Amino acid sequence: MSTKRADFTTPGKIAYINAHLINPASGLNEVGALFTNGRKIEDFGPELFRKASGWDVPDGIEVIDCKGLYLSPGFVDMRVQTGEPGFEYRGNLETAGKSATSGGITSMVCLPNTNPVIDDMSVVEFVARRARKLGLTKVYPYGAITKGTEGVELAEMGLLAESGAVAFTDGIKTITSAKVMSQAMSYASTFDLLLINHPEEPTLAGSGVMNQSETSTRLGLSGIPAMAEVIMVERDIRIAEMKGARLHLANISTGEACKVIANAKKRGVRVTCDTAPPYFALNETAVGDYRTFSKLSPPLRSEADRLAIIEALKDGTIDAIASDHNPQDAESKRVPFAQAAFGGVGLDTLFALTLELYHNEHLSMLEAISMITDKPANLLNLPAGKLEAGRAADLTLFDAERGWKIDSGKLVSKSQNTPFDGRPVQGSVCRTMVDGRTVFELS
Amino acid sequence: MTQNKSDIPSYPHRDLLGIEGLSPIEISFLLDRSEAFVEHNRQQTSKKLDTLYGRTVVNLFFENSTRTRTSFELAAKRLGADVINMTVESSSIKKGETLIDTAMTLNAMHPDVLVVRHSESGAVKLLSEKVNCAVISGGDGSHEHPTQALLDALTIRRRRGDLAALTVAICGDVVHSRVARSNIHLLNTMGAQVRLIAPKTLLPTKIETMGATVYNNMEEGLKDCDIVMMLRLQKERMQSNFFPSTREYFHFFGLTYEKLANTKPDALIMHPGPMNRGVEIDSEVADDYGRSVIREQVEMGVAVRMACLETMCPIGNDDKGASES
Repeated sequence: MSTKRADFTTPGKIAYINAHLINPASGLNEVGALFTNGRKIEDFGPELFRKASGWDVPDGIEVIDCKGLYLSPGFVDMRVQTGEPGFEYRGNLETAGKSATSGGITSMVCLPNTNPVIDDMSVVEFVARRARKLGLTKVYPYGAITKGTEGVELAEMGLLAESGAVAFTDGIKTITSAKVMSQAMSYASTFDLLLINHPEEPTLAGSGVMNQSETSTRLGLSGIPAMAEVIMVERDIRIAEMKGARLHLANISTGEACKVIANAKKRGVRVTCDTAPPYFALNETAVGDYRTFSKLSPPLRSEADRLAIIEALKDGTIDAIASDHNPQDAESKRVPFAQAAFGGVGLDTLFALTLELYHNEHLSMLEAISMITDKPANLLNLPAGKLEAGRAADLTLFDAERGWKIDSGKLVSKSQNTPFDGRPVQGSVCRTMVDGRTVFELS
Repeated sequence: MTQNKSDIPSYPHRDLLGIEGLSPIEISFLLDRSEAFVEHNRQQTSKKLDTLYGRTVVNLFFENSTRTRTSFELAAKRLGADVINMTVESSSIKKGETLIDTAMTLNAMHPDVLVVRHSESGAVKLLSEKVNCAVISGGDGSHEHPTQALLDALTIRRRRGDLAALTVAICGDVVHSRVARSNIHLLNTMGAQVRLIAPKTLLPTKIETMGATVYNNMEEGLKDCDIVMMLRLQKERMQSNFFPSTREYFHFFGLTYEKLANTKPDALIMHPGPMNRGVEIDSEVADDYGRSVIREQVEMGVAVRMACLETMCPIGNDDKGASES
């Protein structure tokens, strides 16, 4: 942890001219300019620095010509595991931060499945301090719902929230006991805290390693039924409804779960949910010849489920897209499929895969970018994801058309376990700014 | 201290099993009677009266108690009655049948008043249906603790003159508290406004229907209150996930001067005891004699129990019968 402190020289005044400004929060989608002063956005709009035939920026302001590329609020990733503290051999806050900035992500929220678990104020403060020192992507921690994420005793959610935990979850672990979940929701709603559950009924998931289907039968792998997700989604929604609590369901992968959630939203239950790129961009056939990089939790589902997830993204049932970045070292994946660890990296590719929804004409540009900016930021009350005068200048400049190929040997991430290895994608992050400082530039 | 001789008795019930259902007149009658005993108890001469001379009071406690039992014992002795204390560990006996057997056995000995505490809600009522004497509840489960509510009311009335129009905040473990329930009934009956302040895990379902406004935040709930009643938090509840730690509980729900700044400047601080200092109440606040009336509550307890024993033990009243008829 002998990381060199980042260069925190406050940037001066910068004018980003000829930028295609995109701000889902306000619907802005037009060429214009954006002016940052130090760490903050000062002003922006289609008329800013304009003159009849071009741009007119006063002296003393550095000018960056965006050449018509998109300038968006920095992306927000609401589900990340960095590996730190405790699993640094897979990745740490610095490798994740570099990976995130290369993917245009300026705010990421980390799961508490660390060692020690984020169930104590000192760990929340440790993560915050490390991230500040690195000066890369901003890091917000989730607090654990139960002590040690063991699903038994409630963690100090009130104090954790005061020290900076943005919401509460046992992360990759499901809260199995309905009683504990009900008490957790009751207690959390005292402080109006958001609870997030990984919806998978563990006794049904059992020792399953992939989606339960014809494919799992042919491959001879034990399956995790779609029902495991639906039952837990149903249970948690019922509890949230009874307790009047706020619930967010992470990583929705099945069409049935989407139906249940849509229905609950219609009834007025305070429920939201997210999904991750594998669930709208891949299906179970990606497991192919026992490819362990495609072993994810929840598992890659059927083609019908994939299409249902896209529909749910279109109709607003799904509220956000997260990378579900889960680095695993090579040794955890270079084993027989059933023994391999679950999880894939996603920080590098979240943006390009989300943009597929735009290129494939499922979502508009504003809708697609909203899934990784203002929508997740609103869910967690983060000061991020929007262009607004006075806010931190966390910005991403991207080329929506530039094509590249995801290559598991060449990711910025420390671990290379992407389920998208070899996939051609369209859309590149060209430059990432955090607090007005350029933290990534495409070479 | 003469018995009320009018045709309609001021307290027309044989037993005192709870506050629910009592009228303002009945409550005021008991409080007025108690008031007289307060002065009597403060005398530096013999405190012994002969009001209940030769009568028998049995303290039948199925649940551990020091304060309530001592208070009833002292009250009975000051009235001149003979007192027998029976403590039956409820864990060591089988409930139901044995409870009734115990009641029948005692009943055969012709006591005048049975003071009963039991850890199960409704057990005191069940026992009262099987005996011929008056029964006073010393607390049943999470249901009612009527003499505690009366002594709280007497403490407030002596300090504030009247209960009506006061705003009373009851804070803490409401879900397990018989004290809270009796107080909600009494304060509502007497025209006070009741607020409950607790994390949602410590508030029972639909508690607001009993006549209270619910708050989950001390600062908001205490705003402009006249009276703050703290409840005892049982630390063993922590294992049952009602709250994560005493540290967190104290931070959000412990009574400190900081939180107390939201009440009216002269708000009284009450606690039924025994206190967990540093859990539900800051030690300094508990010992603030300008505002804390916690010791006064104990004093009022003896007076209230004297009034109750006297009232439930009327002279020459021979029409007592088991109320099951």
